[in-house]
Amino acid sequence: MIMLMLTDPFMQRALIAALLVGVTAPVVGTYLVQRRLSLLGDGIGHVALTGVALGWLVGAGMGLTPNDALAIPGAVVAAVIGAVLIEVVRRRGRTSGDLALAIMFYGGIAGGVFLIGIAGGSSGNLMQYLFGSISTVTDGDLWLTVVLSLVVLAVGVGLRHALFSVSHDEEFATASGLPVWALNIVVAVVSALTVTVAMRVVGLLLVSALMIVPVAVAQQVTHAFGRTMLTACVVGVVVCVSGLSITYWYNVSPGATIVVLAIGVYAVVSLVAPFVTRRRPVHDPHPDLPDDVDLPAAATERAVAAAKECR
Amino acid sequence: MTDTRQVTESSEAVIEARGLHFRAGASHILRGIDLTVDRGEVVALLGANGSGKSTLVRALVGINTPSEGTVRLLGEPLGAGRRGAGVDWSRIGYVPQRAGAGGGIPSTAQEVVASGLLHGRRLRLPRGWRDQVANALEQVGLADRVRDPVHLLSGGQQQRILIARALVREPDLLVLDEPVAGVDVASQEAFAATMERLVDGGLTVLVVLHELGELEPLVSRAVVLRHGKVVHDGAPPRARDDHDRVGHRHQHPHGDDNGGRVVRDTAETRALDLEVRP
Repeated sequence: MIMLMLTDPFMQRALIAALLVGVTAPVVGTYLVQRRLSLLGDGIGHVALTGVALGWLVGAGMGLTPNDALAIPGAVVAAVIGAVLIEVVRRRGRTSGDLALAIMFYGGIAGGVFLIGIAGGSSGNLMQYLFGSISTVTDGDLWLTVVLSLVVLAVGVGLRHALFSVSHDEEFATASGLPVWALNIVVAVVSALTVTVAMRVVGLLLVSALMIVPVAVAQQVTHAFGRTMLTACVVGVVVCVSGLSITYWYNVSPGATIVVLAIGVYAVVSLVAPFVTRRRPVHDPHPDLPDDVDLPAAATERAVAAAKECR
Repeated sequence: MTDTRQVTESSEAVIEARGLHFRAGASHILRGIDLTVDRGEVVALLGANGSGKSTLVRALVGINTPSEGTVRLLGEPLGAGRRGAGVDWSRIGYVPQRAGAGGGIPSTAQEVVASGLLHGRRLRLPRGWRDQVANALEQVGLADRVRDPVHLLSGGQQQRILIARALVREPDLLVLDEPVAGVDVASQEAFAATMERLVDGGLTVLVVLHELGELEPLVSRAVVLRHGKVVHDGAPPRARDDHDRVGHRHQHPHGDDNGGRVVRDTAETRALDLEVRP
């Protein structure tokens, strides 16, 4: 039965796309959670919708067939521009970043629906981008997905130490002479590319879930940045591939199945993790250092006894 | 060995700030600061809360862009054209006031300290970085905490992690912003001992302090800020004369070798407590 699925060319393309998205989305998501920008993916996703409609409009104007030939390139361009804009706003004043994100949410959706009407389509045409349409992935789409994923992975993994430094403590990175501004733009662009890569698999409205939920799962079981990223990637691949496989036998939406599965894993792990990861600490949590007060003899004895209990 | 260092040292200014102004909105925080720190000096930056100490050091390391004025670090201008492109960041270590909120993801001491190995155009960790990180953690007495998540350490330990992060690149200049605020006396002593060893090895230090405390014997010069201006630049107010201390260097050009500061209550020291009109 599994062989049947693996020999289906539609399914082969879909599985490769799901696998790539499963790896790349959590890599980028780790940086976004680290910088407390978990909703950035959503903002970019909404803007990408305007890009889809814009691509459609330009394609219709040039008389291209199919009329959505330029939808994905349009989404890539719009997403990159949107992500860089958010970064610019964030740099100019942190307080207005939240507001800018909100305006992008509304503007992106409204712009998309508005432009698709002008292009001669209906908002129904946008559904496959909003909720994903992995079964319609063509060879061309797949190649674009492969190339963009490799770019995202090369940057996200290759520059992980520098991106960690900038995401963890931006001021220290600045005081170290790192090209902070350029690295922030890199994170924004890579986030935009990830959104457009994942668009076909889970849809623009659910893209962010794939970036953030695996990281939330990983955080339950590890306390290190590197391990969080690695664990999140494993979770991402497992939910993407198994979620997609389920839709081969049951007629349910792949994007929704993958996200529901991811949230299910999160729920189970957060219930189980406290029992699995609770170990006795290696150290006495109170370091054995003298403090600044002179104690009477009796209190000193009690301190020694307390130290023994913690050992 | 102290003597050899004195011979090879030039009088190159490690930090040189000229006419520094910093405005945040309508507030004029720094109002024309001139500050020079020479190689081998240990300069304490003193002043009350809100006098502009942190703003000044943040401008000196490139976090705050001054509204007017220039900063030169190790002889290279900061902020001209491509910001600080000529500055050798591998020789500068900065310790912020306190551990920031950190990121949204827990990180280990090793990961945080390793980020100190990246600077300037170096975006990837060098070979043998684990040993360098272990070495830096050893210097602040946290060698056994390599794999511990930083957010579970105590405030004082987190402060030491930040110091290790600055030390890991083996800087020639260390800029510290209140490194011992809220740290118990024993840890302050340990910190002072570490600093003394590094200063004897040739480190130049600019340290923001609330009070001289355990670092007092090390400090060669004090700069006092009031209302965004330097109101005192010279002999630190100190409790004892430590000219006979091993390693003391008679190179600061402020004529403090005449033994006029033996008693704490010299006129100069007391003047610091008075309202100084700029």
